[in-house]
Amino acid sequence: MTTPTEPMLTGYLRSDGRKGIRNLVLVAYLVECAHHVAREITGAFRHRPVHLLGFPGCYPNDYADKMMRQLTTHPNVGAVLLVSLGCESFDKHGLEQAVRSSGRLVQTLTIQQTGGTKTTIAQGEAWVRDALLSIKDAVRVPMGIDELVIGTVCGGSDGTSGITANPAVGRAFDSLVDHGATCIFEETGELVGCEYHMQDRAATPELGQELVDCVAKAAHYYSVLGHGSFAPGNADGGLTTQEEKSLGAYAKSGASVIQGILKPGDLAPTGGLYLLDMVPDGEVRFGFPNISDNAEIVELISCGAHLTLFTTGRGSVVGSAISPVIKVCANPHTYERLPDDMDVNAGRILRAQATLDDVGEEIFNLVLQVAQGEPSKSEGLGHQEFILTYKSFTAKGPACLPNTTNILHQKH
Amino acid sequence: MNEIDGRVLLLRPEDNCLIACVSVPAGVCLRIGLDEITVLQPVALGHKIARFSMSAGTKVLRYGAVIGSTTRAVLAGEHVHTHNLKSDYLPTYTLSAGQQFLTKASRPSDQK
Repeated sequence: MTTPTEPMLTGYLRSDGRKGIRNLVLVAYLVECAHHVAREITGAFRHRPVHLLGFPGCYPNDYADKMMRQLTTHPNVGAVLLVSLGCESFDKHGLEQAVRSSGRLVQTLTIQQTGGTKTTIAQGEAWVRDALLSIKDAVRVPMGIDELVIGTVCGGSDGTSGITANPAVGRAFDSLVDHGATCIFEETGELVGCEYHMQDRAATPELGQELVDCVAKAAHYYSVLGHGSFAPGNADGGLTTQEEKSLGAYAKSGASVIQGILKPGDLAPTGGLYLLDMVPDGEVRFGFPNISDNAEIVELISCGAHLTLFTTGRGSVVGSAISPVIKVCANPHTYERLPDDMDVNAGRILRAQATLDDVGEEIFNLVLQVAQGEPSKSEGLGHQEFILTYKSFTAKGPACLPNTTNILHQKH
Repeated sequence: MNEIDGRVLLLRPEDNCLIACVSVPAGVCLRIGLDEITVLQPVALGHKIARFSMSAGTKVLRYGAVIGSTTRAVLAGEHVHTHNLKSDYLPTYTLSAGQQFLTKASRPSDQK
């Protein structure tokens, strides 16, 4: 059990006890038919803390409902404008009520009742302007590192990802966990071959079995979709076996004890390291679990992630709505090509200009700076990518989370 | 004492292979802590070099985890790749692999 650290940060205190590192207004469309109106509203506030997201589907989905509730009540969010067309089946009243009972400003505009596109955009802009004024003076209270939730994801990987950026993020995760933070890694489809190693790192034998099952589920799901992982190009880059390739991605998780398994929208009850199981339960349906990197980032954010550490070899440039993304670039050549998009040059390790520990420490320090308000590169460039699609999940087994009766009270 | 030659990475202290950070020519002498290892073949960036001499059937550790077993004796400084290392796991992870994997998932841990 970790002892709370001295507060080093400040954050925006929310009614559930969580603290945000940003204080922004969200504009959320509840069906694709309301997307344009919502985008026009946010367009009036470029370079202001106003973010756009939403769910495109007209048919109801429990996963999307839970995701939208968690995203609109994320600690980085101070106020929420919901934009509805009117005839979609999203439970907008339930969502509005959930946001209101969290103590946040909230308003729903229904285009069919408001008078159409122009009137709704005008009313939306007026509401957002007032909301920005109302939340502007929110005070920041002391916040410990142990109150941070940090996710990690990889995308545009190459042969360098597994030897520089991923293990360096692993080092940063180890330090963050030592300070009591919650750290979340994911993408079980890329952990095939690591499940018995993860089992050895599990806090309990029961959790160990759940971790093995979780990877088996992913292997099955991806194989039904016809999605392989080990390619000849991997061997050219020096990778010999499937488990070796997976270990490259797995290295992001560091060496801490694994405390539990989360599903999208679940909040970790304690600090420590968690695996996010993002592969749907049951029969394969709705297509690929995560159609691109941002779908994974959004799920980390739904689990409360204040920011995400994104490792890339080829050079992804994305950011995210709600929570900043920090780019850790594995390949020194990519870093030189895309310096304005990359926060950390982990490729220095390959040139003997830094060790894994040096880069791990640099990432750890950058996490604290971004948590204190310094924009990450993608955030400063205005990247606010967002994706939400259909999925289905069943409830977690009891062995997936630590027994928290005491710990919950201790933390808040 | 803990000095590691900058041309290679030792990802975990317990690993028995090193990762080349640059193209390492044959004949180069690498200092790894108290040991000196002479590289026996040219090794490309991202490829593995044996840190110790290993007999056939030795588990190769990278990131402190097993990535497979040697298929023959390997000398310290040798290139470690598909010619002398094989997976202990599925050779490929393709269409039918997931189903085979589901039946394997219930086996006890033997990956240590």
